[in-house]
Amino acid sequence: MKFKMRWPQRLIQLGVLIAVLGLWYWATLPGGINQLLLPPPAPVFRNFWNLLTTSSIWPDLAVTVREWVTAFFIAAVGGCTLGYVISRSAYAVRVFDPLLAGIYSIPAILLFPLYLLFFGLGPGSKIAIGTTIAFFPVVLNTIAGLSYVDKAYITAARSMGANDAQLFWSVMLPAAFPVVLTGLRLGCIVAFLSILGGETISSLAGLGHRIVSLAENMESAQMFGNILFAVLMAFIINGVVSYVEARGRRGMQ
Amino acid sequence: MNGRRGPLVSPGVARIFAIILLFVIWEVGARFYADPLFLCPPSQAVVALKHIFADPKIVNAIRVTIYEVVTAFLLSVSVGMVIGLAVGLQGFTKSTILPIILLLYATPQATILPLFVLSFGIGPAAKIAFGVSHGIFPVIVTTVAGVQNLRPHLLTAARSMGASRVQVFTSIVFPHMIPSFFTGMRLGMTAVLLGVLLAELYVSTAGIGFYTRLFAESFAPPDLFALIAVLAAIAVTLNELCRTMERRFSRWHAA
Repeated sequence: MKFKMRWPQRLIQLGVLIAVLGLWYWATLPGGINQLLLPPPAPVFRNFWNLLTTSSIWPDLAVTVREWVTAFFIAAVGGCTLGYVISRSAYAVRVFDPLLAGIYSIPAILLFPLYLLFFGLGPGSKIAIGTTIAFFPVVLNTIAGLSYVDKAYITAARSMGANDAQLFWSVMLPAAFPVVLTGLRLGCIVAFLSILGGETISSLAGLGHRIVSLAENMESAQMFGNILFAVLMAFIINGVVSYVEARGRRGMQ
Repeated sequence: MNGRRGPLVSPGVARIFAIILLFVIWEVGARFYADPLFLCPPSQAVVALKHIFADPKIVNAIRVTIYEVVTAFLLSVSVGMVIGLAVGLQGFTKSTILPIILLLYATPQATILPLFVLSFGIGPAAKIAFGVSHGIFPVIVTTVAGVQNLRPHLLTAARSMGASRVQVFTSIVFPHMIPSFFTGMRLGMTAVLLGVLLAELYVSTAGIGFYTRLFAESFAPPDLFALIAVLAAIAVTLNELCRTMERRFSRWHAA
């Protein structure tokens, strides 16, 4: 969604931000909310700044990023391959597309206890849950993209004597690319979110693990700092992935 | 498909065959090759369903989970609708508040799950609150989008014919809201399920999260599979309910 940014809106948004910070500060004054539940803003931001400037978070960050990249890679390769194979035949699309969409409507997080049983508390179970959740948007969008290419393009290319490879590389792929790219973007983001979720539920290391263990030790200020860090990271991922998608879309046209 | 002859069986039948084949492979693989501590054949999971429903504590845990989902869903839909209408009906509030809401929507809620537990305890309240934190945003965003789809000339026409604010709402805004309202409900339900289940799995003393953990840690895959299957069935039923309503109530709008 695009917004026309005008001064009054900007000012009100700034006002809301200041009001939230002010309310936060006011609520944590002596006699207010228990500091274990809501620490005052100053130590939270000090912790957040420490996380950004020191290397203390790197080991956990590395674990989360490795899980995320692995899960996304498996989901992207597997999803695109399966989507391509299914989309080769209109019959297979009619058989498997509703099946995959049906499985997609089961909340995949339910499988997490099983994955903990199969793959243990380490990165394996997070990679598995991230892969499962990211796989479906990729495969469904690949099928949608490749199987709804305008038939006129295909007929035109065929009548001009294109062979299978030419048809795929010069007609099918460019036409399907934007839809496939959307699937990859969604997969990339949900993989990150579900890995954070998995780490929160049960894990040995990672960003989610850090937040949970700080919460359990009642280190509220540090926990809030880490939460801010994870939120910032999610925003950056969102921004980068949307930018790459927009670039890739333009590049193909 | 070639031009002369159709496929041997219709896609629906082939799909059922594919599902059966999957279960047969699972059954054979689990029965003869897998470690029974980790994987069980589906037939044993079906047998374990009997245990699950015979234990009143587990049945109660499932009931509590359904209660959490339904409460969180109703709260998300009602509060989300009101906020969505309040934000969406005026251009100024929309361009001011909606970016803030989208910003909140984009934050990874899993990271603040421990906070919900700290403030709401480990009972159903935390699960409901966390479910609402997931479900409310899609409802708000689709409501705002639904208001946006309202054609301005309808509003102008109604006003010029002297319709009051209430009349404009009941005969123009509301009927046009119905399709996006049900879309919001469907998206909200998916999100609420995710939120409640995440919170259940994170910490739970009597809910289903407690039992999934118990079964996993005591290496009882048949019970675990059976419980997950029951929950999946509940989730699919609730999702399908919303989807059917969406399909039913958005039909008039196409005309």
